[in-house]
Amino acid sequence: MIVRGISVIVGLAAVLSGPPVGAAPIGDPAAGEQIFSQCKSCHQVGQGATDRVGPHLNGIFGRAAGAHKGYNYSEGLHRAGADGLIWTAETLDVYLENPRSLVSRTRMNFRGLKDAKDRADVLAFLRIYSDNPSDLPEAEPTARGTDHDIDAEILAIQGDPEYGEYLSSECLTCHQRDGSAEGIPSITQWPEEDFVVAMHAYKSKVRPHPVMQMMAGRLNNEEIAALAAYFRTLE
Amino acid sequence: MKLNRRLFIGTGAAAAATLSAPMVLADGHAKPRVVVIGGGAGGATAARYIAKDSEGAIDVTLIEPSRTYFTCFFSNLYLGGFKEIDDLGHTYGALAAKHGINVVHDWAIDVDRDAKTVSLAGGDTLPYDKLVLSPGIDFVDGSVEGWSLAAQNAMPHAYKGGSQTELLRAQIEAMPEGGVFAMVAPPNPYRCPPGPYERISMVAHQLKAKNPTAKILVADPKPKFSKQSLFEEGWAKHYSGMVDVIGEDFGGGSVSVDPVAMTITIDGEETAVAACNVIPAMKAGRIAEMAGVTDGNWAPVNAVDMSSKADPDVYVLGDASQQGDMPKSGYSANSQAKVCANAVRGALTGSRVFPAKFSNTCWSLIDTNDGVKVGATYEATDEKIAKVDGFISQTGENADLRQATYEESEGWYAGITADMFS
Repeated sequence: MIVRGISVIVGLAAVLSGPPVGAAPIGDPAAGEQIFSQCKSCHQVGQGATDRVGPHLNGIFGRAAGAHKGYNYSEGLHRAGADGLIWTAETLDVYLENPRSLVSRTRMNFRGLKDAKDRADVLAFLRIYSDNPSDLPEAEPTARGTDHDIDAEILAIQGDPEYGEYLSSECLTCHQRDGSAEGIPSITQWPEEDFVVAMHAYKSKVRPHPVMQMMAGRLNNEEIAALAAYFRTLE
Repeated sequence: MKLNRRLFIGTGAAAAATLSAPMVLADGHAKPRVVVIGGGAGGATAARYIAKDSEGAIDVTLIEPSRTYFTCFFSNLYLGGFKEIDDLGHTYGALAAKHGINVVHDWAIDVDRDAKTVSLAGGDTLPYDKLVLSPGIDFVDGSVEGWSLAAQNAMPHAYKGGSQTELLRAQIEAMPEGGVFAMVAPPNPYRCPPGPYERISMVAHQLKAKNPTAKILVADPKPKFSKQSLFEEGWAKHYSGMVDVIGEDFGGGSVSVDPVAMTITIDGEETAVAACNVIPAMKAGRIAEMAGVTDGNWAPVNAVDMSSKADPDVYVLGDASQQGDMPKSGYSANSQAKVCANAVRGALTGSRVFPAKFSNTCWSLIDTNDGVKVGATYEATDEKIAKVDGFISQTGENADLRQATYEESEGWYAGITADMFS
């Protein structure tokens, strides 16, 4: 049983003394607190936490992306929230691994925690400050310790821009070639890796949005690389 | 000579698809010539992509009677007061100035497929190497008893954008307090499957604000319709008690109208109406029939490149085509146009031909910031354009998602019209 608003020390003690009955721990919160030190320049968590460069993280589990009142989120996070991105153990795990896979152009300028255990530990630490039972990580055992990041070979594929130009015509029914964004984001001049990572996140359906999941779902690795190569060059 | 236009390649082999040499034109004229009939979502897109991507190597002529094209998509939002008519109007200046397309504002009145020429009402005859037909829809004579095109001012169809849409909105606004707005919904297949039901939503939105005791009466010959559960949920939520749909099981297919007396009779029961929107059964735009590429009401095409089954040098796009699983929509026509443009360019200049990919999404607005959508992806098979995957909005979605869906539809409108006209 965890009470919201308790201090970091007390909260840690509560977890360290043993996980809730019937639930397996997702990670080591004490180790997670150590790893979280690299997040602290932007994020606070625990009693008295306030929004800084990034929003405070109390109650993050179960919240919609971009939904914490009072913090000025990027357009990308607002969009992710409207698309239905909820912060659960699984989505936070993906986000901590590579923020841009779930939210393109997020202001969270963090290259990601590549070690699944590090992420599990951080999530175990953050989880102390959330109390929504329906989103407890214990309910999602399959989400733990999975690497979502894209294989280096896929990122290394050199896209064929001419094929990308043909494929892009399908994107341009909605996304404007000149980069205008009205209700639908701009996709021109992205770093190729960001483009590839985002498309694979849609393809694997960890990133919400039915149209994009469908469109990305039938593109193979070469086609995604071709599109990334083409859109990179659009002025 | 004849190129193998059925060149159909696997995705992995895309790079190998370059044709060996540009086509040598049989009669020796300088540049290959493409004539596109119809400047809507199919025709404008096809003309633009063929001209843009061939970079001057192909002469492209676009024949479209209207100098300002009013989109049929989003016209329901005009009926609902969410758009003004000018928001829906687009001109062809950029297609001429930026892409070198010869835009001819005239009616195509005949096609001679043996001579490969198109005749215009103004008297000119245009030769072509490849002809793209994207004429949209016309109506089937006699499909609604008592209605004909001569009655379209008394009972507008408003199913082609522009003056008909303006007329219908004026009639809705002029309805007496508590009057009846009637709609005769069309049988399948027809342009924009959710269109009549989005229209009901938009008319209800107007009436709820300005004439809340008015009623909407719909005669529908179909047993079910697109996004039905989403619309019915929305009508119950926003317009409770206002909308009465008489479906096939209650005689909705047995309907007649009297445009002079202003009555509608459904399954023998006559009702006086203040405004009546008759959306008749549809067929391919008439020029397709005159070109001899129709079979019944529509023009069968090969899914791989949208070429007519009757003539490999004629392509039919959008509503007029009979292609398989894609709905007749502006989005579909735009998608088909790109596959067609890639194939036409490959055949005429030897540029790379990539495998056909098609997609469609239809957004509908039910009330302010309450948008829903349905969509699918498609591929070319030997028989038809076949559905691969799809999605639809769910009932009970939260308000943020519905608002995001509506905002997305506005983004799509800006996107597709830029993709057609910029």
